[in-house]
Formats: sequence, C-alpha cells, structure tokens
Amino acid sequence: MKRIRSDLSLVFIFAFFVLFSTGFSDLVVSKLDRQIDLSSPVVRTTISLKIENNGANSVSEILLPFPEHQAKNFAFLSAKISEGKGKTKDSSDSIPVAIATPEGMPPAMTWYSVSLPKELVKGGSLTLEVKAVFTNILRPFPEKVTQADVQLVAFQESAHFLSPYRVKFQSLAIKLPEPKIESYTKLENTKFSGSELKYGPYENLPPFSYSTVVVHYAINKPFAVAQELVREIEISHWGNVQITEHYNLVHAGAELTGEFSRLDYQARPHVRGASALRNLVAKLPARAHSIYYRDEIGNISTSNVWSDSAKTLLEIEPRYPMFGGWKTAFTIGYGLPLRDFLFQSEGKRFLNITFGCPMSDVVIENLTVKVVLPEGSKEFTASVPFPVKQSQEIKFSHLDIIGRPVIVLEKTNAVPEHNQHFQVYYKFSNLSLLSEPSMLIFGFFLFFVACVVYTHADFTISKTSPSYLAKLQWDEVQTTIQQFLNIMNRCLILHDKLEASLRDLSRTGDVQACKAARKSADSLLKELPKELKPLLSFLQSSPQAVQITPKVEELITKERELQEKLMLKHSTVVEAFEKKSGARDIDSRVAAVQQKITLLRQEVDDLLKVIDEI
Amino acid sequence: MAAPENPQQQAATIRHAFGNVLSFLILLLIGVLAFSIRLFSVIKYESVIHEFDPYFNYRVTQFLIKSGVYDFWNWFDDRTWYPLGRVIGGTVYPGLTLTAGTLWRIFNALNIPLTVETVCVFTAPIFSAFAAWATYLLTKEVKGVGAGLTAAALLAMVPSYISRSVAGSYDNEAVAIFALIITFYLYIKTLNTGSLFYATLNAIAYFYMVCSWGGYTFIINLIPMHVLLCIVTGRYSSRLYIAYAPLVVLGTLLAALVPVVGFNAVMTSEHFASFLVFIIIHVVALVYYIKGILTPKMFRVAVTLVVSVGLIVGFAVLAVLIALVASSPTKGWSGRSLSLLDPTYASKYIPIIASVSEHQPPTWPSYFMDLNVLAFLVPAGIIACFMPLSDASSFAVLYIVTSVYFSGVMVRLMLVLAPAACIMSGIALSEAFDVLTRSIKLQLLAATENPQINAGDATKVTPNDAVKTEKSEDSVKERSSRKSKKKEKENVEKASSVSRKEKRLLVLPLEASMIAVFLLVLLGAFYVVHCVWAAAEAYSAPSIVLTTRSNDGGLHVFDDFREAYAWLSHNTEVDDKVASWWDYGYQTTAMANRTVIVDNNTWNNTHIATVGTAMSSPEKAAWEIFNSLDVKYVLVVFGGLVGYPSDDINKFLWMVRIGGGVFPHIKEPDYLRDGQYRIDAQATPTMLNSLMYKLSYYRFVETDGRGFDRVRHTEIGKKHFKLTHFEEVFTTHHWMVRLYKLKSPKNRIRGKTKKSKSKATTTTSSKRIGARKKNPWH
Repeated sequence: MKRIRSDLSLVFIFAFFVLFSTGFSDLVVSKLDRQIDLSSPVVRTTISLKIENNGANSVSEILLPFPEHQAKNFAFLSAKISEGKGKTKDSSDSIPVAIATPEGMPPAMTWYSVSLPKELVKGGSLTLEVKAVFTNILRPFPEKVTQADVQLVAFQESAHFLSPYRVKFQSLAIKLPEPKIESYTKLENTKFSGSELKYGPYENLPPFSYSTVVVHYAINKPFAVAQELVREIEISHWGNVQITEHYNLVHAGAELTGEFSRLDYQARPHVRGASALRNLVAKLPARAHSIYYRDEIGNISTSNVWSDSAKTLLEIEPRYPMFGGWKTAFTIGYGLPLRDFLFQSEGKRFLNITFGCPMSDVVIENLTVKVVLPEGSKEFTASVPFPVKQSQEIKFSHLDIIGRPVIVLEKTNAVPEHNQHFQVYYKFSNLSLLSEPSMLIFGFFLFFVACVVYTHADFTISKTSPSYLAKLQWDEVQTTIQQFLNIMNRCLILHDKLEASLRDLSRTGDVQACKAARKSADSLLKELPKELKPLLSFLQSSPQAVQITPKVEELITKERELQEKLMLKHSTVVEAFEKKSGARDIDSRVAAVQQKITLLRQEVDDLLKVIDEI
Repeated sequence: MAAPENPQQQAATIRHAFGNVLSFLILLLIGVLAFSIRLFSVIKYESVIHEFDPYFNYRVTQFLIKSGVYDFWNWFDDRTWYPLGRVIGGTVYPGLTLTAGTLWRIFNALNIPLTVETVCVFTAPIFSAFAAWATYLLTKEVKGVGAGLTAAALLAMVPSYISRSVAGSYDNEAVAIFALIITFYLYIKTLNTGSLFYATLNAIAYFYMVCSWGGYTFIINLIPMHVLLCIVTGRYSSRLYIAYAPLVVLGTLLAALVPVVGFNAVMTSEHFASFLVFIIIHVVALVYYIKGILTPKMFRVAVTLVVSVGLIVGFAVLAVLIALVASSPTKGWSGRSLSLLDPTYASKYIPIIASVSEHQPPTWPSYFMDLNVLAFLVPAGIIACFMPLSDASSFAVLYIVTSVYFSGVMVRLMLVLAPAACIMSGIALSEAFDVLTRSIKLQLLAATENPQINAGDATKVTPNDAVKTEKSEDSVKERSSRKSKKKEKENVEKASSVSRKEKRLLVLPLEASMIAVFLLVLLGAFYVVHCVWAAAEAYSAPSIVLTTRSNDGGLHVFDDFREAYAWLSHNTEVDDKVASWWDYGYQTTAMANRTVIVDNNTWNNTHIATVGTAMSSPEKAAWEIFNSLDVKYVLVVFGGLVGYPSDDINKFLWMVRIGGGVFPHIKEPDYLRDGQYRIDAQATPTMLNSLMYKLSYYRFVETDGRGFDRVRHTEIGKKHFKLTHFEEVFTTHHWMVRLYKLKSPKNRIRGKTKKSKSKATTTTSSKRIGARKKNPWH
C-alpha cells in the first residue's frame, strides 16, 4: 500500500499544473466513457471520447497523456475514429499514435499524440475510440501467499481521466473477474454491483483532474508471463514453414511460500492451487503438422491436439503445475504448409504470418521473431503493423555454404493484440532450390571417383626400396606358381579324360574312340612341358622361390611318372581289348600299374595342396 | 589355349565381382539392420538419453563441446561430490565422449545442425553397425567370408548387445564393443599376414579401447594367453612375434597416455601377464634363432646350459616380483578385477560393488534371454574351429572360453560374451550350410549329369570332377592390376582348396540335407523373432520414463523423474545442494544442473556412507548431517503410490549396510525385525523413525486413508507423523519423486547459545552427532 500512497502525491502535482495549462482549452471533451477490464492479468482499457472543437483554429492532433507508472507498462495503444451515430458505429482503420513531448509539460507524464486523418474544423466534433492494454500493472498484494490462500491483487487508477482538455461528462466502469472485492476507494458516485465497479458520472472537470482509486480484489487466474519468447520461422521452398517457439515462462502472480503439498493439490485442486497455471492452449493455424512439445531434457508427454478445418488447438501442460514465482522453460514446434503462407506479388515473394504468440493468455516481455529465409534470398524487407526493432543475421543450417539470411524482429511487452499478420518480402530464384541436392550428388560422385582411383592406383612410396622389389618378385613368383598349378590341373584333367575313355571302352568296347582320345591327350600332353619350361626356369632363377622350387620340381617328376604309368595302363588295356581278352584278365594285368597310379595320384595331389598353401 | 579361355575368365571375374558386390550389399544391410533394430526406444518412447551413466556421459560431452578438449582434460567438477568435487578429466574414460564430440564437430562442420543430445542418442546404434562390420572382418580372418557374414548378421541383433546399445543408451560399452572386436580383428590379421602395418593399427585400436572402457584389461590378458598357447603348442612363428611384441610396447605406451590409466598401465597386476609373455616370447624367439644357426647337437648342449642358468635367474626374479606384489594389500589388483577372479570378493568386502545389480552373477534364463539360440550353436562352432585348428581359430576358442567364465561372474560381462558367441555361432551355421548346400548341389548335379551312376554311390563322388574342372579353370588369371590380381588370387586359392576338400568330405543324402537346411533356417527365424522382441519390449525402456497400458488400451506415462528434475532446475538457486541416494546423482547433475553430494561414480565410500547414515538416522541427526554438508534439498524416490518397485525404500537396506560399514552406530539388525525387512506395524522403531521412512511416507496415509504401499503390499507402520526439520517443497504427479527442503534453524535461545556454538563448529562426523543428546535449536 505504501507505493500506492506515494502515487497519491502525484495528484497534487497535477493540480499544480492545472493552473498553468491553458493551451488546450480550444478542445473540449463532451463525453468520455472508460471501461477497464480487470478479469485477466492483462488490463484492457477502452476509452471513448467525444471531442468538440470550440476554438478558432482547426486541430489536426489530439494529445493523450498517461501517468508514468501506466506508460511504462504500455503494451498496446490504438486509436480509432468512429463515425456515425448511436449503436451503428463503423470504425475506420486505426490511426497513427506517436509519442509526443509538448513544451512545458511535467516529466511525470508520457504524452501520445493522435494525428487525425482530417483536421477537426471549428465547431466540429468527432468520437475517438482509444484502446490501451497494460501489462504488469496488477500488483499481487500480499506478495507471497501459501498454497491455500487466494491470490489478491491491487489495481490503481484515477477516477477521472487524465486529460489536457476540459471534460464535461465522464464515467468509469471497472470489470472484475469475480463478484468478490477485498476493498476499493470510495468516492462520490461510487457504485459496486455484481462484478462491476462504477465511478461517476462526473461533470465539468477541469484539465488534469486526477483522483486515485485503488481496487483490491481476488483473481484466481495464473499470471503467465514469458520473460523470453523466441519464435523462429523457417521457410523451406520444398513446401514447409517450420515454426519453433522457445518459451521462458514464469508465473508472475503472488509467490508461493511454505510447503507445496501434492496431496492437497490433488485432493482439492480448486482451493489449494486455484491460481496455479495448469495448462495453456495455443491456437495454431489449420493444417499444422509435426507438432512437438519438449524442453531441454526431452519430450513432455502432457499435451493434446485437436484440429478442425479452421484451426489446430494445442493444449500443453507444463511438467508441473506452476505456482506463483515458479518458472519453467519449454519449446513447441510445428510445421505449416507453405502454400497457406507464402504468396507472390510483383516478382517478389512474401510471407504473411502472425507475429505474436499463439497462446491467448500469455504476456511476453521480450519477443524475438526470427524469419529464416532460404539460402540465396535477396532484397528482403519486413513490414510490421507496429514499431519493432529490426536487425539481420546469418544462420547456417542443413548443408549451407553462404548461410541463410535471418530477419530478426524484437518487441517488448507483447500481448495477444500484437497477434497480427506481418509480411516479409524477398526475392528467391527456384534454381537455388537445387543447389543442395546437386551438391550432395556431386559429393557422392567425387567419393565414388576417389574410390575408383584408389583401387586402381599404386600408392607405394618408394618404387626402388628392397622390400617393394621383393614384394613385386614375390607377386611374380605367385603368378608363376598359379600358372604352373593351372597347367598341372589341366594335365590331371587329361589324365582323368584318359581314365574316362578307358571306362567308356569297357562299357561300349569302342576301341577307335579310345584311341582317338589317347591321340588327342598325347598331343596335348606333349605341349605342356613346353609351357612348363619357361615357368620352371623363372622359378629356378628367382631368389624368392627357393623354398618352392624343389617342391615344384618334385611335382613335375612325379607327374611325369604318373603320366608314363597312365600311358602304360592305357596302352595295355587297349591292347587287351584288341586281343579281346576278358575283363578279369585286363584287371589282373593292370592291377600293379593301377596301384602305382593311385599312389602317385595321391602324392601329386598332396604336393599340389602343399604348393597351393604357399 | 588362351583364346577359348577368355570368356570363361571373364565370367569368373564377373562372378567374383558379383560376389564382392553381393557381400558388400549384405554388409550394408547388416549395418542398416544393426542401426534400425536399436531405434525401437526412439519410436516407442522418444529420442532421449537413458538410465543413469549415460546422463553423466552426456553431460561430459556437453562440456567437451562447449569448452574444448584442453579444458576437458583439466575439468574439475564442483557440481558433484560436494564438498570434495571430482576431477573428471582424470577419472573418466574419454573414448566415448571424444567420439561423440568428434561426430558432432564433423556434422557441424558440414552445417548439419544436430544437437549434442541427438548425436549422443545415436552414437550407440552407429557403433553397433561398426561392431557388426568388425565382426565380419574378424570372423572372415578365422573362417572365411561366409562365416563372417553370418556372424555379422547374428551380432547385429544379439539381445545382449542390444541391451547396452539401444538408441539413447549412451554408455562406454556402446563404443567399447566395437573397439574390442576391431582390436581382436587386427591382432588376428597381423597374425595371419605378419604385417607390421596391421600391428601398428592394432596398437592404435587397442589405444582406442583403453580410451573407451575399463574392459581393455580383458584384451591385454586374452592376447598374451593366446600367444602363450601358441608357443606352448609349438605354433611360434615370426608372425606371432610381430603380432604381439609391437602391441605390448606401443599399446602400453599409448595406454599410459590416457589419464585415467596413466601409470596403472605398468604398475597394476592386470597388466603383468602381458609383460611376462613379452619376456617369454623374446626368449622363445631367441631359442628359435639359435636353433637355426646351431647344429642339433650343439643346440642340445646350449639348451641344458641355458635352462639351468635361466631357471635360477627366473626364480630369483619371480620371487622379487611376488614379494613386490604381495606387499600391496589388494595384491595390486583393483576391486572389480578381484571380484572377477574371486566372485565372492565383492560381497564380502565391498558392498558398493555388490549393491549394483549388474555386478551380480547371471541366472540361467538370462543366458537364454541374452543369447537365445546362440547358446546352443556355440559348441558346434567350437568343434568347427578345431577342424582344422589354425592360429586364428584357436584364438576364437580361447576368447569364447574366457568370456563364458567372466559372464558367469558378472551379468554385465555378458556383453563380452556376446561377440564371441556370435562368431562361434556364425562359424557353426556357415559350416553347416556349407556342407548341406554343397551336398544338395552335388546331388542335383549328379542327378542331372550322370543319371547312370548310382546316386547312392556318392562316396566315390565322381561328379566332383566336373565341379573341380570348372573351378580350376577359373583360376587362370592374367591381370594388369596388381591389387586386384592379389585379391583374385586369394579367392581362387580358396576356391581351389575348397574344391579339393570337397572330394574328401562325405556327401549327405538329399532329403536329409534339405530338411536340415529348413530346420536351420527355422532356427535363424526363431532367433530373429526373439531379437526383435527383446529389442522392442525388453531393452528399449529408457527407465526415466515409464509407461503402462491401462485396461482400455490407453497408454499412461509416468514422467515423474523429469518433472522433479525440471522443477529443481527452474525453481531452485543455481548453487543449491541436493542430497539423494547415489543412484540419482548423475541424473540430478545432468538434468537439474544442481550440485549433488554423491553420484554413480562411487569413488568415495565414506562420502556415500555419510549419506546412507543420514538417510538411516532419525530426522534430527539427519538434519545435522545434511546441514553440515550445506544440503538444501533432499530428494527421495518413492514408488508406494503407483507400485514402482525400484524406489528408495527397497534400496534402503543397502544404505544401512554401506552407512554401517563406515559409521558403526548404524547397525543393520536395528532395521530388521527377526531378520526380515518390513515397513508395516511390525517394523522396528529405528526403521520407522529413520529419515528415509519419514520422507517417503510423509502424509502418505491421507491418500487412501490407510497408507497401503503398493510395492510392499502392506499398510505402512507409522501413519500420522509430522516433520520438524524438513518441509515438503515438491512432490511429482505420481509421488515418485519427493523433494524436501531443510528448514532453516530456529532462532537460538539466549541461555544455550554458548554451549551449542562449540558443538556446532565440530559437527562434521556423524559419530559425534549420534553421541549428542540435545538439539541446540530447541
């Protein structure tokens, strides 16, 4: 209450200035209605002024002063001229309101000047609708409450509108959230009925009349204040607008003191924790998809989504019910279809999207909107319907090379009234869309080329070092041995063929065929030693093959022997056939040779294996 | 001759190229499988770090990325073990952290904006794919490509490994298993080739393993064992020397570079085996050398001479060594290693190690759960390794035998067994398929080509010749490229040796082999089904988020832990100290960013015992202990309302035990009624007055009127009580986490000021507290 009382002293200052204020006497406010809505933490005041020009000159601007303690909590101020009469007012567009500093006025007031679209001529009149929204103007009193207490706030205002003009007739209506009131300043003509408190009407008040009223009442609503909100709007021309919002939320109501009992809260939630912040509802555009809600330690599972053709409602609960003074931080994100928000005009593209936070009952102290344009955008400008601080930065994201231009818009004290559309214009060529895919393709292509080059190139550092030469030699030896083994294998195959021909002979008795087979085998076998010779001489000359050469030589001799025996067997059998001797006879004759052949074959196989393993 | 061979040669080249491409594709798919089977946790829950230790690793990674490597080495963490702090840079295995940090840096350099959390979550699945590829390489060295591919596929989805490497399980083991396998591969590769290049790579891989996990001691003991085995069985060769000697020298030097290992690499007993074998291998190398230059007779003389002298010297050295080792109390072994050698050690002397569930011996079902059919295939694999026994296959056998033992001591080491089991099963399956498909093929060939020859007369196997001819003709190669020539040769050599082996093997009847193939495929299918089930249901829960299915099919989420941590992080002062049982230390520092008294790095037993003592003391004494530690909040986990079984009341006996181990006035029997742990009306007064009981059950009775604990299934013993020194500041939605604040001391009464002051200054040891009778604040 102390602070409130100190404000009372202002009244005297204003009374003092009344004596000197003469410059505005031309204008007279004939009727002034004020309505103050205290039902939410954001205080909304609607003032309708009927102004008459009684002076000689026409007037082009109207001055509206506000006391300092209100002015610094201004969130939003707009003025409209409503033409026509009675109930059928058709309000025109809002007209510009700017801060003004008239000469010789006390510093305890902030002045706003409303420039009229057309001058108010002598004797003329107009009706001005002023809408002012304040934040942080409700003061929790007491500042700390327990879980069971009701949250009380105090609100201070003047019963008389602070006006530089003479006011003929004025009234004030204050709307409370509940029909309960702790206390209020009683002046003449004060009436409290239902949940409305009325002051007035007051007639013929001089300029700068001021009469403080204080309302102390219960409000069981959470004071959700985002100390920081960063909205990042990222445009992808592949068809998506991605919005990410980082909130730093605090319950700015009366702070909780003492115990927090979950038991009490769960048993009687509307008594023990009436003003706790349980949930928030974000109204997202229709066709919002990929919605997420998380904080720095992961997903928060307490959220719900409903959607219809006009909107998507996202209901989120913080991890814990928020009592006064408690804080939390979270992020929500969602994607929107590009075609709903991106349009083209005059060779430029423009994004048309809402500025503020999608939650209707959150006050934002510092709002930063970042619009991330696609890489390669040029000539970008932003147009916002109210003053914001603009700057630019560069953001590097998925495979960017030059980075994406970012338009940063900053606004303090943003309220739902700021949730208006704003536009970002830029130029962008569709070809730039292909840069990243083509970069990837090129990158992979280079990678494969590098692989091909690697497999075909020889990366040995020194071509003359002994180890390298030895390796080369060893490779040669290995190829030679491989060739040698192949020849041997062919040789063995020929042997097998001979054997097969013998079997055929025993089956069919076709001696001629058998002889032919023998002939071809002979000619082939004769060629083989010719092929073997250079290989063998190479092996003998090569120092690397010292260990293998004896085995190879042994193999050759063994094979020769085998070959001879085989030929012997073959000719014996064929001879026997020609003589038409019996099968048993042939077997007995060949038996000895056959035994040797099997033995030799075994040895040859073993040798082949040994060489192979080297 | 050359002209007609060309098309055949081309066909062979194409076939080999096709085979290579095919195995490359299979490997790629195995990698994808290994990665994607671990994503169940992300799909079913969310992309979040799991459990306890991963949170610490995550926090360290965040620090590394924020502050750089040099600050990381010098990081003294004052947010934990208050007021002692912890030197993180010197006590943490940096492998995992550095790996994830590097990954993050690479992604960021390419302008791919991934958060540190995302990189950490997916590190484990990525490295499981790498581990599967490394298994392929290792098994290929042991038993060829087929076995390699099978083993890789098995490893990609073995449940035991999945349990430690699902997405989000950001723990050392995730990287370490890959490091373990690649180290073994490089060792075998060196052993097979005798190349110094691979030996160097091997030392580097070993270095990476040392960086990653304390389990590196397994490598540095297993490899010397294998070397010793080779020497004893007369398999010494220069390749063995090249494989081992550089590893010991380079590996030890590199290991000593890791701060957490440092001089332990030469000081502790875990490493002595490697040095001993290092000496032995040199002696053996010398003996072989001398044997080469001396005549056999001279050699025998030399042997007798050297052996007699060497024995004397050896015994002297050994005696000194034993004396040195025996002079230290733990015989130079660390506690965890000792509990490996003597499974009863931990439960006898170190309750902190015994209190961790993953340090308990496994049960039989857990083998089936974690290995499934591999458990039955392993013996077959071991048999296959013995025919023929090579250096590489003897290593595989040794690996499986030792890891089976270790897994029997500690559940956690099941993880080391898993790759060995996969390798063995891969070999078994591949050999079986080899035999069966070959006999099917031959039978079919025989049936089509030589209908005259009796199929039953298969023992003679004449049709083999046809196969053989075909194969050996392939082997004529004349290639310009040196490299490809070499590769081809390897293949051809294998092919021809196989073709020759075929002759000697029996061919099974067609029907039998068909059925056997079918059954094997069925077995594999069972394995796959089990693995997918294990990955999806058993091992993907992140444990910080719990879910239950309600009767109507809805999903209910219990997110109480994060609720509490989020509350702590946003609504308390940055420097507030939070006391809780050590399980929640890592999570509190990582998620709530608040200073804790003890955490999961249980390096200071006394400090943990202090917290245990406080939890088991009456309220007043506990307040004094906590106050002396500057504690502002106490966090307890309570599952009684919703039936969450691993809460603090169930862990309470460990707190009593650990506390009592250091502060003897806490006696376990005081908390037990006739040896039974109970919290109902029969519980002892000490139990009912302990801080843990009071903080857990504060106002619990008011929830349902009688205080029915859904975990213990009883009504609680003491129902209505008030807290005098603590106040409830936060309780989560399902009451799983309860936070209490220490009340500030009341104003002192003038007359008692002096007396209490002198005592207050010495309030450090809890023994003193126990001895005090009066509370100065009243």
